[in-house]
Amino acid sequence: MAEAGRPVVALVGNPNVGKSTLFNAATGLRQHTGNWAGVTVSAARGTARRGGREFTLIDLPGTYALSARSPEEEVTRAFLAGGGADVTAVVCDAACLERGLILFYQVRELTGRAVVCVSMLDEAARRGISVDLEELSRALGAPVMGGGRGAEELLDAAAEAALGPPLPLLPPAGAAEQAAAAERAARRAVRTRGDPGAPDRRLDRVLTGRYTALPCLALLLLGVLWLTAVGANVPSQWLSALFARGEAALSALLAALSAPEWLRGALAEGAFRVLGWVVSVMLPPMAIFFPLFALLEELGYLPRVAFVADRAVQGCRACGKQALTMCMGLGCNAVGVTGCRIIDSPRERLLAVLTNSLMPCNGRFPAMIAVFTLCFAGRGGALAAAAAVAGVIALGAGLTFLLCRLLSATVLRGVPSAFTLELPPYRRPRVGQVVVRSVLDRTLHVLARAAAVAAPAGLLLWALAHVEAGGVTLLSALAGALDPLGRLLGMDGALLAAFLLGWPANEIVLPIALMIYLSGGSLTEWDSLAGLGQVLADNGWTWLTAVCMAVFSLAHWPCATTCLTIYRETGRLRWTLLAMALPTAAGGLLCAGIAAAARLAGLA
Amino acid sequence: MEERHVLTDLRPGQAARVTALDPRGELTARLAELGFLPGTRVVCVARAPLGDPTAYLVRGAVIALRGRDAAGVETGPGEEAGRG
Repeated sequence: MAEAGRPVVALVGNPNVGKSTLFNAATGLRQHTGNWAGVTVSAARGTARRGGREFTLIDLPGTYALSARSPEEEVTRAFLAGGGADVTAVVCDAACLERGLILFYQVRELTGRAVVCVSMLDEAARRGISVDLEELSRALGAPVMGGGRGAEELLDAAAEAALGPPLPLLPPAGAAEQAAAAERAARRAVRTRGDPGAPDRRLDRVLTGRYTALPCLALLLLGVLWLTAVGANVPSQWLSALFARGEAALSALLAALSAPEWLRGALAEGAFRVLGWVVSVMLPPMAIFFPLFALLEELGYLPRVAFVADRAVQGCRACGKQALTMCMGLGCNAVGVTGCRIIDSPRERLLAVLTNSLMPCNGRFPAMIAVFTLCFAGRGGALAAAAAVAGVIALGAGLTFLLCRLLSATVLRGVPSAFTLELPPYRRPRVGQVVVRSVLDRTLHVLARAAAVAAPAGLLLWALAHVEAGGVTLLSALAGALDPLGRLLGMDGALLAAFLLGWPANEIVLPIALMIYLSGGSLTEWDSLAGLGQVLADNGWTWLTAVCMAVFSLAHWPCATTCLTIYRETGRLRWTLLAMALPTAAGGLLCAGIAAAARLAGLA
Repeated sequence: MEERHVLTDLRPGQAARVTALDPRGELTARLAELGFLPGTRVVCVARAPLGDPTAYLVRGAVIALRGRDAAGVETGPGEEAGRG
C-alpha cells in the first residue's frame, strides 16, 4: 500500500516488452534489486519523481499469465492479489499488442486500478503497425499511454488513477474468453500495413537457417571473444600500471608510518597486489564482453541461440534455454549461474547450474591464450592459438552435454519438461543505454564480489610464500607435496598448487605458478611473452604441460565467486560440492588420460 | 472419417486453424495462455536447423515448440499461408 503518501506503481508485462527500460527511465539510479524470499525471482524497486510527487515503482518479473505455475507468476499474482500496488501498469509491446492485452484482462480480475502502457511504438511503426491509443483506451475502459517518450505520462496517469475510485473487478474468466476480449480490443485499435514479420523472417533465414545458423553462431561468438581479448589489452596495461603506482604509494605510506617490514609486505605486496591484479585483469574484459552480450540480447538474438541449439540440448535431457546460460558463462560463470533462473523446471535448472563452469570464463582465457601462443610460436602463432581456444570451448560444450546426460540418468533423473520459447521481433539496440546498464548491473556487481575475495586471498598467499618451515617456504613445500599428483595429470606441483590457491579468481592461477617457479614471494607479472616462455621452458614445460594446463583450467572446481553463487542459487551445500566435484573429476580424468597416452606413445 | 491433423504436420510456410488442445498435454494450459486456442490461425514460420523445435506465429508473436509438445495441438488441414 501507499508508503508515506507515495503511490506504489507495479509494472507487469510479458517478458521482453521493455518493462525494465521504462522502469529505468522513470527511476534512474534510485533503485535496488532484491530477491523474493524463498524463490529465485528478483524484482527491482525504485523511486520516481514527477510534478513534486514521489512514486514507488516496482518492476515485477515478466510473465505470460498470472496462473501461478512458475515462481515469476506466483510472485506477481500474490503481489497484485494482496493489494501490494495502488496502481498496476500493464506494459504491452505494440508489435504484439493482443498477447499483452490478455495479461491486462487477467490483471483486471485482481485489481480495479490498472493502466496500460504500449511500448515500442516507434519500432512497430517501422514495421507498418500503428496503434490508436485513444481507441484502445475506449475498448479497454482503462487509461492507455505510449511508452516511447519516457515515463512522465505513465506517472501522470498513475497519479490520476490512484486518486480515483477503483473499477469493479472483472469476473474470473477462462483463457478463451480473455483471449477473445483481447482480440476484440486489439482489432479496434491496431492498423497493420503490409507484413510486419517480413524483416524478422529475412534475418531469421540467415541466423536460424539450416546451413547458416551454426556458422553464424560460431562467427558471432568468436567475434565477441576476439573483440574482448584485443580490446582488453590496452586498458588492462593502464590499470596494472596504475595499481603498481598505488602499491608503491601504499608501501611508502606504511614506511612513513614506520610499520614493520612484514606488515608492509603483507599489505602492499600481498593484499593490494592481488587485488590490483584481479581488477586490472578482470575489469576490462568484463566491461567489453558484458555490453557486447547485452547488445545481442537486446537485438533479440539470444532466444535464437536457444532455438538453434535446442535439439542438441534436448538429447542430453536438458532445457533449450541452457544454451543461453552457457553463453553467459563465457563471460563469467557467476553470471551464467544466476542466469539459470530463466529455466523453469527445477531439475533442468540444476543441470545448467552444476555444469556452467565447464564454459571457460573471461578469467581463464588470458592464460590459455598466452600459453597456446607460446606453444604455437613460429607454427601459426595467434591464429593457431585462437583455434586452440575455440577447441577448448568446443570441448567444454561436449563435456557439458555429456555430464548433463549422465546426471539425467543418475541423481537428476528425468525427461525434458515441455517448454515454450518466444522468438521476439529483432530490435535496434539502444547502444548507450545498454552499455551503461550492463556495466552497472553486471560488471561492477561481479567485480565487487571478486575483489572482496581477492584481498584476503592475497594476504594468505603472501604468508604462504614468506613463512618458512625447515628452510623452505610453505608455498614451495605445498608445490613439492603436490608434485607427484601434478605429474600424473601431465602438469607439475607448482601448477596444481596454483590452481588450488587460485580458487578466489582464476586470473591469478598462472601468476601464482610463476611466483613459485621464480620463488619471488609475491605475484609476478610477465613483461613479455618471450620472458614468460623462457621461465616455463626452464621449469620443464612441454606441449603436454600446456595442453593439460588448458584442459584442467577448463574443467576444475569453479572459482570462489561462482561457488558462492551456486550455493546462493541452490541453497544446498551438497549441490555446491557436486558442482565442484563434477568438473574436477572430468578434468582430472582427461588430463591423466592425455598424459598417460602421450607418455605411452613416447611423445612426451 | 476425417483425417486428424496436428501442428507438427505443418511445414514452414503453411497455416492452419487450431481445432482442439490435447487435455493430457503437460503444456495445455500454457499453450492456451499463449493464444493457441480453438479457432486461432497459426502459421508455421521456421524449423530449427537440427529439425526441432519449430517456430509458429500465433496472435502476432512467434513461439517455438518442441515436436513432442506441438503434437498435442489439433488443427484443421494446412494450407499455404501466403502472407502473414
